[in-house]
Amino acid sequence: MPSRTLHPEIQYRTLDQQGETAQLGMWVFIATETLFFGALLFVYFLYRRAYPAAFAQAGKDAVLWCGTVNLVLLLTSSLTMVLSINAAADGRRRAIAAWLVATALLGFVFLGVKGYEYYADYADQVVPAVNFMIKAGEAPVGELFWVFYFVATGLHAVHLSIGLGLILYMLRRVRRGDLSPAYYAPLEVVGLYWGFVDTVWLFLYPAIYLVGR
Amino acid sequence: MATVAADLETPSFLTSENTLSSWLLTRDHKRIALLFFASITVFFFVGGFAATLIRLHLAMPIGFLQPSIYNRMFTMHGVVMVWFFLIPSIPATLGNFLLPLMIGAHDLAFPRLNLASWYVFNLSGLVLLYALIMGGVDTGWTFYTPFSTLYSNGYVLAAAMAVFINGFSTIMTALNFVVTTHRLRAPGMTWYRLPLFVWAIYSTSIVMLLATPVLAMTVLILAVDHVLGVGLFDPGRGGDPLLYQHLFWFYSHPAVYIMILPAMGVVSELVTCYARKTVFGYTGMTLALMAIAVISFFVWGHHMFTAGISIYSAVVFSLMTFFVAVPSAIKVFNWTVTLHKGSISFDAPMIYALGFVLLFTVGGLTGLIVATLALDVHLQDTYFIIAHFHYIMVGGTVSAFFGGLHYWWPKITGRFYPEMWARFAAILTFTGFNLTFFPQFILGYLGMPRRYYAYPPEWQPWNVLSSAGASILAVAYVLPLGYLGWSLIWGRRAGPNPWHATGLEWQVSSPPPQYNFARTPTVTIGPYAYNTEDGSYTAQDGTVHA
Amino acid sequence: MPAWIPFWPQTAATSGVVVNTLFVAELAVCFLILVLVFGMMLSFCVRYRRGSPASRTHPVQKTWKWEIGWTVGTLVAFLALFVWGAAIYIWLYKSPPGDIEIYVVGKQWMWKMQHPGGQREIDALHVPVGKIVRLVLASQDVIHSFYIPAFRIKHDVVPGTYETAWFKATETGQYPIECSEFCGTQHADMKGEVIVMEAAAYTRWLAQPGSGPSLAQQGEALFRQYGCSGCHGAGSTVHAPSLAGLSGSLVQLQDGSTVRADERYIRDAILLPENQIVAGFPPVMPSFSGQIGEDDLLKIIAYIQSL
Repeated sequence: MPSRTLHPEIQYRTLDQQGETAQLGMWVFIATETLFFGALLFVYFLYRRAYPAAFAQAGKDAVLWCGTVNLVLLLTSSLTMVLSINAAADGRRRAIAAWLVATALLGFVFLGVKGYEYYADYADQVVPAVNFMIKAGEAPVGELFWVFYFVATGLHAVHLSIGLGLILYMLRRVRRGDLSPAYYAPLEVVGLYWGFVDTVWLFLYPAIYLVGR
Repeated sequence: MATVAADLETPSFLTSENTLSSWLLTRDHKRIALLFFASITVFFFVGGFAATLIRLHLAMPIGFLQPSIYNRMFTMHGVVMVWFFLIPSIPATLGNFLLPLMIGAHDLAFPRLNLASWYVFNLSGLVLLYALIMGGVDTGWTFYTPFSTLYSNGYVLAAAMAVFINGFSTIMTALNFVVTTHRLRAPGMTWYRLPLFVWAIYSTSIVMLLATPVLAMTVLILAVDHVLGVGLFDPGRGGDPLLYQHLFWFYSHPAVYIMILPAMGVVSELVTCYARKTVFGYTGMTLALMAIAVISFFVWGHHMFTAGISIYSAVVFSLMTFFVAVPSAIKVFNWTVTLHKGSISFDAPMIYALGFVLLFTVGGLTGLIVATLALDVHLQDTYFIIAHFHYIMVGGTVSAFFGGLHYWWPKITGRFYPEMWARFAAILTFTGFNLTFFPQFILGYLGMPRRYYAYPPEWQPWNVLSSAGASILAVAYVLPLGYLGWSLIWGRRAGPNPWHATGLEWQVSSPPPQYNFARTPTVTIGPYAYNTEDGSYTAQDGTVHA
Repeated sequence: MPAWIPFWPQTAATSGVVVNTLFVAELAVCFLILVLVFGMMLSFCVRYRRGSPASRTHPVQKTWKWEIGWTVGTLVAFLALFVWGAAIYIWLYKSPPGDIEIYVVGKQWMWKMQHPGGQREIDALHVPVGKIVRLVLASQDVIHSFYIPAFRIKHDVVPGTYETAWFKATETGQYPIECSEFCGTQHADMKGEVIVMEAAAYTRWLAQPGSGPSLAQQGEALFRQYGCSGCHGAGSTVHAPSLAGLSGSLVQLQDGSTVRADERYIRDAILLPENQIVAGFPPVMPSFSGQIGEDDLLKIIAYIQSL
């Protein structure tokens, strides 16, 4: 199917200007998200500094293999996302879709692993307000570690799910022929967002899984 | 592009389409500005209703409201006025309407995002109304822990969620404004040719983008702590109640600059136009706006001088607060000296603008008083603080908002408001305002704490004066509702440039066409090119007018 | 309405005098600036109103000289006030050792005062004139703020920690205490009175019957009741730090840092012992968090301070 001829919206002179502006918009949005997650990480590190032993103890129960597998999944998905954008620059429509599907699959597997991990956490009785139990030799204040764990990974999962939605939406646009080598800014914008989702995990991973190890 | 140009010779944005969905699904920044105007007006009167009850109650040492109701009233007043009126007021109405026009663009960068921002804003308002109707919140707009997390029996979660959702609206609008200013300026519109209102909206948006996400996280973990009782801010379980204050004020101090910066932008437009003179020190004014935006992030601790922070950090915060006053002072002097060798007329917008300069100066100077550490020990959490911030937010921002509303009213609606009524309302505002809030400085030094539903009888005279002033202020705020509404139907029609002003927004019809400009203008000159000596002026598109 | 309308509060302590002076000075500076701005505005509005004959030729073009000039001028004036205010603040907030130390516990919605001799008051604070009174402030529930307008002193009272405040009253009389941090429904009722008395009258008040054993004596009983003496007592076999002479001394902690054993340290050691293990001791002390109320905690600390 040939690409549809796209016109820039009324406020733009050229498609290029529209595309550049969309990307700037996503960068600005990522800046706000940096402050959002940054505030959470700041509070986490503050309490970790106040109770280093308790946090290290609590962190031992974090399921390291789940976190690490998820790290690998997300890093790979960033690669596939970049490959999808590369394909768009060349106009290889099947490749764009294929790499997008790969990215989405990796994202879904991430959620699956995360879901399993939450189940394991529940079995371990570390879910605050639900079934949190202080283990022998652990300080009660260690529960704060788990509060951060669930808030941080929960928020991350929400952002990742939104990313999956955006990827599926991109797939639809690719199928409709909306992208061409002359204009594939929407894909780049989604790629930027996905990169941000990946970067957040790069910060959460050491904070959650490597504390005290 | 020829087909696009022909489409642009359209009727005014008000009349181009008339269906309900053409308004509720509009992408036109001008219509969205009016949608926001409707929403914030509703909230202004909700917050104003709470204020009315408060001042009626406080006219007596022990008033007619139950303590728990009184406590819910001042909380509602704060939450509504801060997040549902002051923060969106100038940016989402005047900013939305004027930014594309002033920079020579056909619309904002992301029109659908703009509309979404309005819907999100209303959603947050609905959540707040739910909280209010179900019984309200009594924690004060500051939601201090552990009272809000462990002890309050109000609807803390709903109120916190309303604020959280409201933040999204703020961020969406600010993102749109920043990106638009960077990318959609017309040819020749360099940064240093931008009107100061654009600079003000831009600097405000930067602060909004960087501060609001921190608020979002703060109310989120507040809600988690409140609902799940996990002890984040509970000292009995290792939490730190002061941490909440640091997080809250890290946002809320920049927030007060979010409320004042746009007002400063409006005042620059008004003073230059009605004095027929270019602003004194344009570059200094732009630097001052950006300096205020930056320094505002480093002063939050001045809300916590008596809270138990380290003495030395308090000293640093006090010093930074003195520094943030410097660019504000520069602006006050520059506005005043702009009047020198001008040709000044006293239309209603100018009365509001001059009132702003005086009231903001009082507010700013009293801010320095409370930035002085030893004095803040006595004055913190008293009526002195209340008077200080109302001088800035009401004497300042609300005055500027009304001034801008009147100034651009002919542009937005194509109608003149009745000038004598408007001048009367402006003078009444100034008088009523001072009568309401000046006695509160005295009450503060006397030692009357804030958020008190009852007080000893010897403080009653000042409270009565304050309540009397409030009744005058109420009339002054309701009057415009009347005559501005009247003008929509019976007001004299306005031409494109009734004030003979230089901005690009005045070079199109009143009301503007749907897409603003038939052809993107080319800018050849900076703003405020008024010639006082012969009364001529040069608009920013280079055209000279006698 | 009362015939006399107050517009200046009473001043009855050394801190009050000092703060008054600073306030009046700063008011004067602010007033000068306001007069300057208002004066300029008024004179320009009159002289340059539209249609007036004043000359408009050669308006000022170069602005930096002026801008820097008045910025530096006002900044210098205000920085002087900043330094003055900071100096007083440091003096006010670094509580000196007091002639008398009184514990104040705030709770919804009352102030409970505990004198070292065991005298207890609610919403009233009897103190002698001319002596330095040091207050240790604790909260039983939410954040309150202990405020004596006539002395110009205030300090938030935060749960989970101790704050201190001090004053030296200079006039006898009764002065209101206010709570200045919103703490719930009856926040406005959380008031009290400081009663400043001549030395002789104060001594008589202290000696009144019904005051019971001193704080430290009550604390000793609690020390045994809660089992503290089991490890910290004389005949204990557990290797626990001795508490004799602890109060005010420097303590070496396990992580190498040193901390002064003030009320806050002792309180944290009881409630969160695992956070500050003393060097050379095993981390075996159980936490008493949630088990000891603020009132009892103060008595135990008073006892430990007496050792």
